[in-house]
Amino acid sequence: MSKIEVTPGMFSQVELKPSLKASIVMAVAGLIVLLGFGVFGKPGDITYVWSDKREFVQLPSYVVNSMLFCTIIGVILLALAGLAFMLNRRSKVTPMWLIIIFGFLAIMALLGWLATGASQGVQMVFILSNTLVLAIPLILGGMAGIMSERVGVVNIAIEGQLLTGAFVSSVVGTTTGNLYIGMIAAMIAAGLLSMILASLAIKYLVDQVIIGVLLNVLVIGVTNFLHSAWVDKDRQHLNFPGTFDKIAIPFLSDIPVVGQVLFNNRITVYLMFIIVPVLWYVLFKTKLGLRARSVGEHPLAADTVGINVAKTRFWWVTIGGMIAGLGGAALTIGNVGSFGREMSGGQGFIALAVVILGRWQPIYVMLSALLFGFTIILRVWANQVSPGVPFDFIVMVPYLVTLVAVAGFAGKVRAPAASGQPYVKG
Amino acid sequence: MKKNKDVAVKESSSESVLKEIMSGDPVRISLSILLGFIIGAIFMVVFDSGVVKSWSNFGADPNYALSSVWWTIQDGYGALFSGSIYNLNADNFIDGIRPLTETLRFAAPLVMAGLGVALTFRVGLFNIGATGQIMVGLAGATFVSTRMELPPVIHMLLATVVAVLCASVWGIIVGILKARFGAHEVIVTIMLNYVAASLFTYFLREPSLLLEANGGGTPKSDRPADTAMLGSLLGPEFKLHYGLIFAVLAVVGYWWLMERSTFGFRFRMVGHNASAARAAGIKVENTFIWALAISAGFAGLAAANQALSIQGGLTTSIEAGIGFDAITVALLGGSRAGGVAMAGLLFGAFKAGASSMQVAGVSPEVLGVVKALIVLFIAAPPIIRAIYRLPKPGPKMIDVMKKTAKVAK
Repeated sequence: MSKIEVTPGMFSQVELKPSLKASIVMAVAGLIVLLGFGVFGKPGDITYVWSDKREFVQLPSYVVNSMLFCTIIGVILLALAGLAFMLNRRSKVTPMWLIIIFGFLAIMALLGWLATGASQGVQMVFILSNTLVLAIPLILGGMAGIMSERVGVVNIAIEGQLLTGAFVSSVVGTTTGNLYIGMIAAMIAAGLLSMILASLAIKYLVDQVIIGVLLNVLVIGVTNFLHSAWVDKDRQHLNFPGTFDKIAIPFLSDIPVVGQVLFNNRITVYLMFIIVPVLWYVLFKTKLGLRARSVGEHPLAADTVGINVAKTRFWWVTIGGMIAGLGGAALTIGNVGSFGREMSGGQGFIALAVVILGRWQPIYVMLSALLFGFTIILRVWANQVSPGVPFDFIVMVPYLVTLVAVAGFAGKVRAPAASGQPYVKG
Repeated sequence: MKKNKDVAVKESSSESVLKEIMSGDPVRISLSILLGFIIGAIFMVVFDSGVVKSWSNFGADPNYALSSVWWTIQDGYGALFSGSIYNLNADNFIDGIRPLTETLRFAAPLVMAGLGVALTFRVGLFNIGATGQIMVGLAGATFVSTRMELPPVIHMLLATVVAVLCASVWGIIVGILKARFGAHEVIVTIMLNYVAASLFTYFLREPSLLLEANGGGTPKSDRPADTAMLGSLLGPEFKLHYGLIFAVLAVVGYWWLMERSTFGFRFRMVGHNASAARAAGIKVENTFIWALAISAGFAGLAAANQALSIQGGLTTSIEAGIGFDAITVALLGGSRAGGVAMAGLLFGAFKAGASSMQVAGVSPEVLGVVKALIVLFIAAPPIIRAIYRLPKPGPKMIDVMKKTAKVAK
């Protein structure tokens, strides 16, 4: 594996050197918005549509001049970049709230620029609710990544766990006729897959990255085979589960925009709402989480004070895998309604990137996963408004964002120090 | 003292696993391959509707049930054999031996791309970017082969060189992001694969770049010029072309580079122990960049092989999963020149045999399972040792380290 010497304390917050990279990238993005979308942008109006026609409370649409709006946002973005720069000069890390506000404004400008002059405008509810639904597998996959990397096991197999969950939930959901059983089966199956990863990595010290990649290859091979040789021959009885019903939470779902986006969803979304804060709480506020993190930071020290390193790692990786299995179920019975060949389509790998982008912290990881969910729906939506930018370049955006992010936008990120390091007792 | 030991054990454990994979113990490899085929057979049988039906009447006709199991396995692997090695039903020798030449044809790009991935393994990098590098190489080779007019051979060589250079640039991007910005190469290569795929599709859609003359909405290029095509190696009876020669040269070149040149010595040194290499005065960061550039160059050769041997225009499907298979080829081959060549041949045989399995009514997807299992067993020696109850190999690095640490205490 990569031979970057990891010395204890090397990644600790105290020694974290804020680099200027983040503020430079922000400044460049701000300039693109200011000049490209604003000053030299497209003349015309943008319509931001805030309400669905079916909604109880109707908000008026917001119409604004494209060039003026983007110019203003561009100036704000540059100001934010300047603020980040000042903070960096004072040896402070770019705070997360600043990046989030920056990202949100940049996205509004991008949407507006793409939809300038388009008759249907920017349908905010459609975009936001789909963003959330599409981000669920990424978020839950990201949680699996956090749980295993926080205890020191690199989990490249998220892709395989998602795919396993997707396949099992669809087949079991169809054959039993009960989607909840399908969901639980998906979690168990993905959990078992993680146990293979965990035991090989922890007990037998097989290289974690290699074993992860190979488990992905294995799951892709097995699901492809089962799909073509078994499931596809009798779709009606094996791969036709349908989806969970949407549950509208009383009163809350009547709030304009927010209600439709957050509180009228399937159970997979609500489970995510529970899992992310719980994981955050357990990781950072409980003894259990403290122990888990110590195992991931300095296993020798954890072992010395009596924590069972191998056991902790095994169970955290396994439970993480179960959560990823739920994410896989969200792909089929939580969204599409049937299993398709290799349907996870690299989302497990994006989840890996999301973990880094979110600095191994559940809430931030969720937010960065939402960014990717957004770019997926952007692809669909941008095709409808035909913005005059080649389609393939829009497809590229999330991957380029990840590249920029892992190369320093998120600052020098702090990985759990012992992540990827096997621990030999004795 | 305590800390030193900790670090030493950590390094040696992951080292020793890689060493074990690379040591290429032939017994263990053959057992892994055998076990992979056995489990593949179980998959074939369990999910064959005919077998399931015959077993549901097991009480009535147990003979039939048992023989149906046998026949399914024989049909499947028999078709694999006659599709990839020698067709026993052929009328003459030429038809009989054609499957073997097809295996060689499919193996060539796998070997070339596999060598690229193997090279980065030897430097201690996990490069899964062959897919993207091949895509970019394909774009370069196709631009030369469809948009330029040159004399034969020169045209083909130029297209190959351009493919190698384009792919290398893609590899250098990974190297720079890794060496200068500290980004993890696994994430970077995965992301660059997606970017390259979109870029390639865009090039194929763009009339001024690769889109075929009078082309419509589907991303597809013109047919490469005849002058740029890789010539036929064994005459018009066979599809085998000069790509095989490139593959053989690549294997020899890789062997010389890694085992005989000072350049390769540096690569291996960094792979064994980067800090020791740094202490010895090797610029580790530059070595990473070089390794990724050369590795991508091998992927570019595979791209040229694909782009210059195609009948008709290129589409995005031309990559055919070679980049992904290259990882497993490199792992199976233990990152050695000879091993990668053998592993490429095995996987080439799988590709060649897939269509005749389809004809025989067995889902060729089962080969994907077999492939994954074989490599998994080889990469994870404990599994195969547990299944066959093999003894543990002699004193491993860890044990030696532990003992020396104890003595030192």
